Amino acid sequence: MKPVAFEYCRPDTVEEALDLLKEFGGDASIISGGLSLGAMLNMRLVRPKALIDINGLSELASARAGDATIATGTLVRQAAAMKFPELMSGVPLLAKALPNVGHYQTRSRGTLGGSVAHADPSAEIPLTLVTLAGAVKLRSPRGSRDVPAREFFHGLLTTDRRADEMITGLTWPIRREFTGYAFDEIAQRHGDFAIAAVAVAATVGGDGTIAELSFGLGGVEDRPLVAETAAFVGKPATDATAADIANTVAEAVDPMVDLQANADYRRQLVRVLGTRSLSAAFAEAAELRESA
Amino acid sequence: MLRIKPDQKQRVTLTVNGRTVSGFAEPRMLLTDFLRHELGLYGTHVGCEHGVCGACTAIIDNVATRSCLRYAVQCDGLEIETVEGLADADGTLNTLQKAFNENGALQCGFCTAGILMSATRFLQENPKPSTDEIRDMLSGHICRCTGYEQIVRAIRQASGQ
Repeated sequence: MKPVAFEYCRPDTVEEALDLLKEFGGDASIISGGLSLGAMLNMRLVRPKALIDINGLSELASARAGDATIATGTLVRQAAAMKFPELMSGVPLLAKALPNVGHYQTRSRGTLGGSVAHADPSAEIPLTLVTLAGAVKLRSPRGSRDVPAREFFHGLLTTDRRADEMITGLTWPIRREFTGYAFDEIAQRHGDFAIAAVAVAATVGGDGTIAELSFGLGGVEDRPLVAETAAFVGKPATDATAADIANTVAEAVDPMVDLQANADYRRQLVRVLGTRSLSAAFAEAAELRESA
Repeated sequence: MLRIKPDQKQRVTLTVNGRTVSGFAEPRMLLTDFLRHELGLYGTHVGCEHGVCGACTAIIDNVATRSCLRYAVQCDGLEIETVEGLADADGTLNTLQKAFNENGALQCGFCTAGILMSATRFLQENPKPSTDEIRDMLSGHICRCTGYEQIVRAIRQASGQ
């Protein structure tokens, strides 16, 4: 299908983009890569009065490494992120997640920020940001704010972004000591949206127990979420504990039901993918301990 | 700042396969439709129109990507490569096209233009890809005839492997 008629605006600065958002009062959509929004427009699932094309705002297309975090501009393309060594070595979970994002022909244009703005519950980039407890940078004429990723996603395609705000960037916490990272998903074809995806960051202590754990789930509920695993901190970082955690979490979630999978199947994927990924992350962390 | 009203027809000038060409587009006109209906380049196919099938894939400013998820007005001044640019002017097929021909890598041909453009850019970036890398790249295209095996073989042959 073809989109409804819209006004096309190409601002030269972030300020101009913000002025446009204000002018259209929530009836305008910001377009970056357009890999998600373009599809929504063509299917007429969204009917904005105006498109604000931010692809020319090159100041939003760079990444900067700090001491504890790496900041990526919202326009950083997924394929470009995969070729940015500091980001890939500094944020290993993102390096493991990105090859699962879409395809060669979509990662070349799709952006990190666009995926976060779109907020598909099975998307890998939001899941990674939530698992790592990263943040989303927003700007409006009222100023800037950083929203913790875990508070940003409200539900299916719904976020904390207000009508006059635009996402300008993402903040990725840099890898921590003695921490293993793992990402896995099941999709109908490689690169399709995940039926379920899991992301793990696990820190193992000198005594071989779990010191810190973040177990993220995508495609399971209506937003990327971090499972409640506090009861397992201090337990041995073993395959048995991994299975225990995955089984416990699988019982606790309230999975979506759609044409691809029912709730039981999604629970089973949480068990299987969760056990594998938790085990892999524990093993990676233990290896880092040993080689230290 | 550039602003184009919803019903305003804007002149869009592109360099397509090395030639400067132009036409008119309202903001909502897809690049795919602009190539086909304004420029008469029917080689780029329109499949799903939501970025899934890959039939419309073209090379836009050196990036192999979906032309159905781009609006023509976004592309003013850009360089586009489409399937029409692959063969020589006299119709002699290039190496990649010959490999598709020799390996039976197409039947109905609907998906072929997109796959050829993806593979063209892919091989520029990765001249000796592994079979797994080729399959990963091909996951962005849907072909309902060949079963992909011949396409993988053709791309391997084109890469001299």
